[in-house]
Amino acid sequence: MDGDAELLSRLQAGDEEAFVTLVRRYNTPLLRLARTYVPSEAVAEEAVQETWMGVVRGVDRFEGRSSFKTWLFTILVNRSRTAGVREHRDLPLGDAEPAVDPARFDGGGAWAQPLEVWADTDDRLVAATWAKPLSEALAGLPDRQRQVVLLRDVEGLPSPDVCGVLGISEGNQRVLLHRGRSRLRAALEAQLATRGR
Amino acid sequence: MLLRRRHALACQQVVELVSDYLEGALSRSDRRRFESHLRDCPNCTAYLEQMRATIRATGTLHADDLSPEVQREFVELFREWRTEDG
Repeated sequence: MDGDAELLSRLQAGDEEAFVTLVRRYNTPLLRLARTYVPSEAVAEEAVQETWMGVVRGVDRFEGRSSFKTWLFTILVNRSRTAGVREHRDLPLGDAEPAVDPARFDGGGAWAQPLEVWADTDDRLVAATWAKPLSEALAGLPDRQRQVVLLRDVEGLPSPDVCGVLGISEGNQRVLLHRGRSRLRAALEAQLATRGR
Repeated sequence: MLLRRRHALACQQVVELVSDYLEGALSRSDRRRFESHLRDCPNCTAYLEQMRATIRATGTLHADDLSPEVQREFVELFREWRTEDG
């Protein structure tokens, strides 16, 4: 698989195929993130299309100070914000949200029941059965948690890049990531429980 | 997160520190208290592993491929954008 940097230099030379490869790689991730800012799928598609236009027209000016991916998501967030919409930089994070239901602990804060050890978590087949409940849980996260989890854990951007793209502080990023991941873990746990493992 | 009390961490506190631990954001002394709790607590050890498994699984949620029609639309847009550009 060609790296982004390689595709980018081909794109700078006007290579159509390199463009299509990048679109195939990033269109859905862009749509997912756009959807956390705008009220409808149609508006999200528009913001994503404008992002690609920004890439094609701005590619000669891209200096490679960040990765292509970070640049791309930054354009998207800017377009999505101009598209009108839910602005929320470092707003208060709201009430504390426990990582685990308090009812799971005894009066001294220790686990009331033993925790299940998840078997075979490295197994690809197991991972495949998790994809659906995990995607659903991800789609159900509050917008700001979803933004951080998408960029950090799905796309694998380094944490300073995530903060830069979203315009949030390191501290807020960690809180949002913690809440998002905790919810995803709980969703997987619930899923495993219903299967009676 | 600031931990003022010096006695052992409770499990309920440990689960709130898991992300800071994984992100390397705990102070040295908090990290030591976190790890010393884990050594004696199979449940929190299982919890930490569940979080790691969750993060790994989240990293495998790859995008679906685009349909040929959508790809063709993008090729047309690309040509349009390039010519308008020049």
